[in-house]
Amino acid sequence: MDDMYRDYILDHYKNPRNFGELEGATHTYHDSNPLCGDEMTMQLKIGDGHVDDVHFTGKGCAISQASASILTEEVKGKTLEEVKAIDRDHVLANLGIPISPARIKCALLGLKALKGAAWGLTAWPGEEVKR
Amino acid sequence: MAVVVKTPATSAGPLNVARIREDFPILAQTVRGKPLVYLDNAATSQKPRQVIDAMSRVLEEHNANIHRGVYEFSERTTAAFEEARVKVARLINAPSEREVIFVRNATEGLNLVAYAWGRDNIKRGDRIVTTVLEHHSDFVPWQQLAKEVGAEIAVVDIDDDGRLRRDQMSAELRKGAKLLAITHTSNGLGTVNPVKDIAAEARAAGATVLVDVAQAVPHTPVDVQDLGADFVAFSGHKMLAPPGSGGLWGREAILEKMRPFLYGGDMISRVTVKLTEWNELPWKFEAGTSSYVDAIALGAAIDYLNEVGVAKIHAHELSLVAYVLPRLQEIPGVTVYGPKNLESRVGVVSFNIEGIHPHDVATIFDREGVCVRAGHHCNQPLMTRLGVPATTRASMYLYNTTGEMDALVSAIHAAKKVFGV
Ligand SMILES: Cc1ncc(COP(=O)(O)O)c(C=O)c1O
Repeated sequence: MDDMYRDYILDHYKNPRNFGELEGATHTYHDSNPLCGDEMTMQLKIGDGHVDDVHFTGKGCAISQASASILTEEVKGKTLEEVKAIDRDHVLANLGIPISPARIKCALLGLKALKGAAWGLTAWPGEEVKR
Repeated sequence: MAVVVKTPATSAGPLNVARIREDFPILAQTVRGKPLVYLDNAATSQKPRQVIDAMSRVLEEHNANIHRGVYEFSERTTAAFEEARVKVARLINAPSEREVIFVRNATEGLNLVAYAWGRDNIKRGDRIVTTVLEHHSDFVPWQQLAKEVGAEIAVVDIDDDGRLRRDQMSAELRKGAKLLAITHTSNGLGTVNPVKDIAAEARAAGATVLVDVAQAVPHTPVDVQDLGADFVAFSGHKMLAPPGSGGLWGREAILEKMRPFLYGGDMISRVTVKLTEWNELPWKFEAGTSSYVDAIALGAAIDYLNEVGVAKIHAHELSLVAYVLPRLQEIPGVTVYGPKNLESRVGVVSFNIEGIHPHDVATIFDREGVCVRAGHHCNQPLMTRLGVPATTRASMYLYNTTGEMDALVSAIHAAKKVFGV
């Protein structure tokens, strides 16, 4: 079996979970990977400090899409504080495949967008406001 | 689509690729047990032993700073550096080596023009005509200059075969232009633009003509006088020389009138506490210690290219395109961007595989030992025009073989298998 493009990775890529516009989203953050032009928007619906729902939209490689899809499955029901505490090592471990240095940004795009949404950002500190 | 091989008249006999490959030590490397198939030549080329040796020779035998020492080693290094300048001048048929400025790369050459010429010559309301095929290094400097001074920038489009829309170019030039900034050869699609014709129209419209020859000089004969250019810029690292070497050529009369770009040592003739007189051409534009080892190695790279013959290299690349293009086009789900024939093009083939992002394509290729570029190739306006975020690009050079084209095709099938498309 392929060590990187495992069946579940390809499945998340081809059938992304929680994909599409989220109606009634309370938190939305858009991010991109300038290297490959990947785009990702994460949307959260927070009620009572918990993630009631989460959706993402975007276009990109299998790694970025699968990573985001897996992440959305995980965060449903978590508190906002728990979402803010998710770190990169956790995401990479969850992805469960070897990621080369050139592909790290792909693997972490979903997390970056999720964090931006969770923190209620419009832009990362130090970056220009996008759009 | 049928591809007709037309060998350019200038070529005399094919390249001895097997013999050439022996000169490139890196090509004997393996990647994860597979032979290295290097198809990212538009990004940078590999270096022959002769170039590597030229660098070692300077460093081992006579290294000393140039234009300064009055001792033998400095004189020898200076002579080698200036000899490399003459080689560049001859390669591009510059009227004089005084017009050849050593820069780190094409980007630095283009910015030199944007700052030292552009800021004094492009005024509010002036028009800059450029194209959607430009590399960011020949686009962003003009876009920013236009913003800064309030100039207008017109971007000429391509047709669906990746060729410049000549009618639109003529129309834009007829509206008047202060500068035409045009790439000779597209790094994204491999298209060779009819620069000579366009330059003539531009001059008639009163424009200064700057040609980005970064993808041209390595792959096709370039004659700056015949092109009718005022400035050209290129990078040594794309033509067998090390990174850090590159050239800007400009017409002497224009260069003489320009202010310097960087101030410092070497670019002056006399400095007093009150004022400074500039050094003469070309050193007026070469402030600080030049990358002289790289420049000398560029001279060695030019010797190598001349020995092989640039026209022959071009013909060889076209034969590879003729071989691989129909094979790519018959693979279901593969879309090829850019020219679908051998007319006015070089050995760059950009494509996408439906259902697989170029980054995933390149990752799978890498495991097959095949090195290609995946991304926007510093061509974002072009990607937008093509309606894709990125492409996969295979770019050939003198040492590539038809066997490597087969490896490319096999790698595509491997990627399709992994993704089940
Ligand atoms: C057409 C073209 N122009 C300019 C450049 C910039 O070259 P460099 O990065 O060496 O300055 C490139 C390199 O990719 C190119 O392909």
